Amino acid sequence: MGKNWPWSGIFLIVFLLVLWEVAMRVSGIVTDSFAPPSKVVVAFLAALKDGSLLKATGETLLAALIGLGLGAGAGVLSGVVLGLTPLAARAFRAPVETLRTLPSVALIPLSLMAFGFGYAMEYSIIAFATFWPTLILAQAAVIGVDRQLLDVARALQLGPISRVTKIILPASMPRLVVALRLTIGIALVVGVTVEIAANPQGLGYGLVIAQQSLHPDLMIAFLMWVGLLGWLLNRAVVEIERRLLRNRGGASMRSAT
Amino acid sequence: MRRHLDNFIIGVAGLSVIILVWHLLTTYGVVSRIFVPTPLATIEALRRGFASGVLISQTQATVLLMIQGWLLASAVAIFLGVLIGVWPAARRALEPLLEFIRPLPASAIIPVAVALFGLTPHMILGVVTFGSLWPTLLATVHGVSTVEPRLEEVARALGMSRLSFIWKIGLPNAVPDILSGMRLSLTFSFILAIVTEMLAGENGLGTAILLAGRLFRSPDIFAGLLVLALIGLVSNSMLQAVERRLLRWRANG
Repeated sequence: MGKNWPWSGIFLIVFLLVLWEVAMRVSGIVTDSFAPPSKVVVAFLAALKDGSLLKATGETLLAALIGLGLGAGAGVLSGVVLGLTPLAARAFRAPVETLRTLPSVALIPLSLMAFGFGYAMEYSIIAFATFWPTLILAQAAVIGVDRQLLDVARALQLGPISRVTKIILPASMPRLVVALRLTIGIALVVGVTVEIAANPQGLGYGLVIAQQSLHPDLMIAFLMWVGLLGWLLNRAVVEIERRLLRNRGGASMRSAT
Repeated sequence: MRRHLDNFIIGVAGLSVIILVWHLLTTYGVVSRIFVPTPLATIEALRRGFASGVLISQTQATVLLMIQGWLLASAVAIFLGVLIGVWPAARRALEPLLEFIRPLPASAIIPVAVALFGLTPHMILGVVTFGSLWPTLLATVHGVSTVEPRLEEVARALGMSRLSFIWKIGLPNAVPDILSGMRLSLTFSFILAIVTEMLAGENGLGTAILLAGRLFRSPDIFAGLLVLALIGLVSNSMLQAVERRLLRWRANG
C-alpha cells in the first residue's frame, strides 16, 4: 500500500485544508454559513461522542439496505423472467425504458402521501431507484448465460425453478455482483437525497438541520462524513466482489467487468 | 420492416396490458384511489394541465434549468478535464480529491449552497451545474489520459505543439468517454433540477408534484410523473442518437 500512496494528492488536500483554515482565521470573517476545518473536526467529534452521528448513519444505512434489498430482489426476479421470456421482454421494453428514466426523487411527493414520514417512504423510493438498473443488468446476465449450460439443464430435465436456482443464477452471479456494486452507491445517494428533500431522519436531515440552525461546522462535518461513507461502502463492495469472484478464475471476472 | 411492425404490435400489447391492470386495480379499489388515480383521471389531469398552460410553463422551467445546468457543467467539465488529463502531475495530485468527491451525493451540497448563497435562482443553477459536473469531468480526464502511447510518439515525431496535440489527438480520443459522461451528467442535472426546485419552491414540475402531493391530488402527481418520464426518455434517446452519429467513424474504422 505504502509505495502506491498518492503523496502529491494527499499533499494537495492537506494544503487546501491549511489554506482554508488560515484564510478564515486571518480574514477574521465571522459568519454563520461557513467554518474552518478545525471547528469542523471539533463538531465531528462532538457529534460522534453524543451518538447523533452514529444514529443518523444507522438510519440512513438501514433505509438504504432495506430499499436495496427490496429493489434489487424484485429487479433480479423480473430480470430473470424477462431474460427467459423474450416475448415478455419485447412487450415491456417501452414501459421499462420510460419508467427507468424517471428520476426517483420525483416519487417523493407520492411516497410521502402514501406512507408519511419515516422509513417506509424512504426505502420505497430507494427500492424504485435500484429496481431498474438491477432489472436491466439481471436481464442481460440471464441472456448472456452460456447456451450449453441451458442444454445441460434440458438434458438433466430440470424443472423451471431448479433450472433458475441451479443453473441460471450461479452462471450469472459475476454480473449480478457488479450490479450490486452499482446499486449500493445509488441506494446511499438516493437515501441521503430523500432525507434532504423530505424525510426527517438520517444523515441528509442532519445536514439540513445543521444548516438551518446555523451550525456550519456540523453541516460540513456531516457532508464530509457522507462522502467518506460512500467511499468506504464502495471500497467494501469492491473487496467483497474480489473475494466472491476469486474462486471462479480470471475468465469470468474479466467478462464481468 | 416486418420485425419493426412485430415489435410495435407487441409493444402496444404490453402497454395495453399495463394500462388495463392499472385501470382494474384502481377502479375496483384494490389500490386506494387517493394514492393511485385511474388512468382516465390521469389523462384528464394531463389534458387540463396542458389546456390551461400551467403544465407547459412548468415543463419549460424544469427543462430549461436542466439543460442550462447540463451545458454549463459540460463546458466546465470538458475544459477542466482536458487540463487535468494532459497534465500528469495535476492528475496525480487531484485524483484522491476527485475519488472522494465522486461518490458524494450531489444533493448533499444543496444545504451548503443554501447556507453560502441563499435561495436564489443563481444558487439553483449553480447547484445543478456543480452536481452534474463530475461524470463528464472524470470521463474526460480518463479519455484524454488514455491516448495510445504510439499516437503520442507520432505527435512528438511530427513536432506537434501541446495545443494541437490536445485538439487533434487528445480530444478526438476522448469523444466516446465525453459523450457517455455527458449522458450521465444529463441524468444528474435532471434529478438535481427537480430536487432543487422542490427545496427552493421555484416554478417547475418538481414543485408542481410536491404541491399536488400536499393537496392529495394524485391525478396531478401522476400527470407530472408522466411528463417527467417522457422528458427523461426523450432527452436520453436524443443523446444516444447523437452518440451513435458522432461515433460512426469508429464502427467503420
